[in-house]
Amino acid sequence: MEFRDAWAIASKDLRIELRSRILTNQIAPYTLLILVLFGFALDADTQTLRDTGPGLFWVAVLLIALLAIQRAVKIEDDDAAKERMLLTPVHSSSVFLGKAIALFIQLFVLEILLFFVMLALFDLSVEDPLLICVSAVLATIGVASSGTLYGVIAAGVGVRETLLPILLLPVLAPIAIGATRTFGDAFGRVDADGWAWFGLLSVFAVVYTVLGMLAYGQLMEDA
Amino acid sequence: MNDVIDLQEAVVTLGQFPALTGVTLKVSQGEIVTVCGPNGAGKSTLLRLCAGLLPLREGSAHILGEDLQKNRRIIRQDVGLLGHRSGLYDDLTVEENVAFWGQMVRAESNEINEAIKLLGLDGRLRKVLVRQLSAGQRRRTSLAGLVVQRPLLWLLDEPHAALDSDGRDLVDGLIHEAAASGATIVLASHAPKDISSPSGRFVTLAGGRVTNDINNDGSGDGVS
Repeated sequence: MEFRDAWAIASKDLRIELRSRILTNQIAPYTLLILVLFGFALDADTQTLRDTGPGLFWVAVLLIALLAIQRAVKIEDDDAAKERMLLTPVHSSSVFLGKAIALFIQLFVLEILLFFVMLALFDLSVEDPLLICVSAVLATIGVASSGTLYGVIAAGVGVRETLLPILLLPVLAPIAIGATRTFGDAFGRVDADGWAWFGLLSVFAVVYTVLGMLAYGQLMEDA
Repeated sequence: MNDVIDLQEAVVTLGQFPALTGVTLKVSQGEIVTVCGPNGAGKSTLLRLCAGLLPLREGSAHILGEDLQKNRRIIRQDVGLLGHRSGLYDDLTVEENVAFWGQMVRAESNEINEAIKLLGLDGRLRKVLVRQLSAGQRRRTSLAGLVVQRPLLWLLDEPHAALDSDGRDLVDGLIHEAAASGATIVLASHAPKDISSPSGRFVTLAGGRVTNDINNDGSGDGVS
């Protein structure tokens, strides 16, 4: 595995996303709409919004992650680039890492945007910024790693768009729970030990990154 | 000469469909072989098998001296495949696409520039997004990626498709140049006369089997 290859693949994916503007013109507005709609649905009851804010934030992140993962798979499938990649000496773990890094960066940028919109809309204040930062990084690594892995699994099936959420959302449930608890603690909204949940996020991120690096090659073959 | 391709009664199935039903074929180093046949004869499947992209169901296959069933990944590193789809990214420019694939095969930047020039993609086309190219220009861009790779075995599926006469001449020149430098070329074509090589050989596939195998001078065996 060479990190140079992984970075080249990540740069390529990011350049494609910047140029296609799907992230900025479609996924980002969709993200904001989700939060605003949650606000309407809860009838602008700020107390309820504050209490449920962390959970709503991570549900929104998982929904946009599904779109970003579908995009990441599509750009490799559209013109058989994935097959061409198999004919290069690049190790499959580098391909996995490159795709996951690009996905991580896209999701993290969207999360920052979503976070500040949530603070404004839901009138939340942060009590533990460090916990927010590190748990967001780890949860996003977990989402990007597992999403990249399950994206290539779903790529081999004709019904990718509908299959991916069914496969992936149950897998992401521990991240949704753990990240919601850490954010809830960091916002001072729940009586939970956020740093204990941070441990769960760490394990998830490490397990799926290692698993992805090991299994991605075989899954690319079968896709 | 060494056999770069050595297939013995090779059987490949696509799902339940037997795409190759027992192909026996040997291709030596430096040969230019044109595989022809009607639609569905198994030409593309044969190329993809030789590229290590399809599993062998029955028979034996050795590519570049390696057992295809055991060492598919090793074989792939020395094989270049130009398929029906070009393997390009629509939202990258011609230069970015060739440079990316060059980077993936450890090519130097001067090799990447040379390939772009060789395929007539320098100048105005260099900075154009692939999604804005014509089919022929896409084909040239894809070929530039292949030239950068410098594979030992070139597998070209309808390499002249969508190309104008200059483009076709360019591809023919590339094929002969690659063969002269020791590479082996197998191309699938509906119009085998497009390639005129003194050392050319024409293999006809029908129903997933080799039905004819003749040299350009008319010698060789018909296979039933």
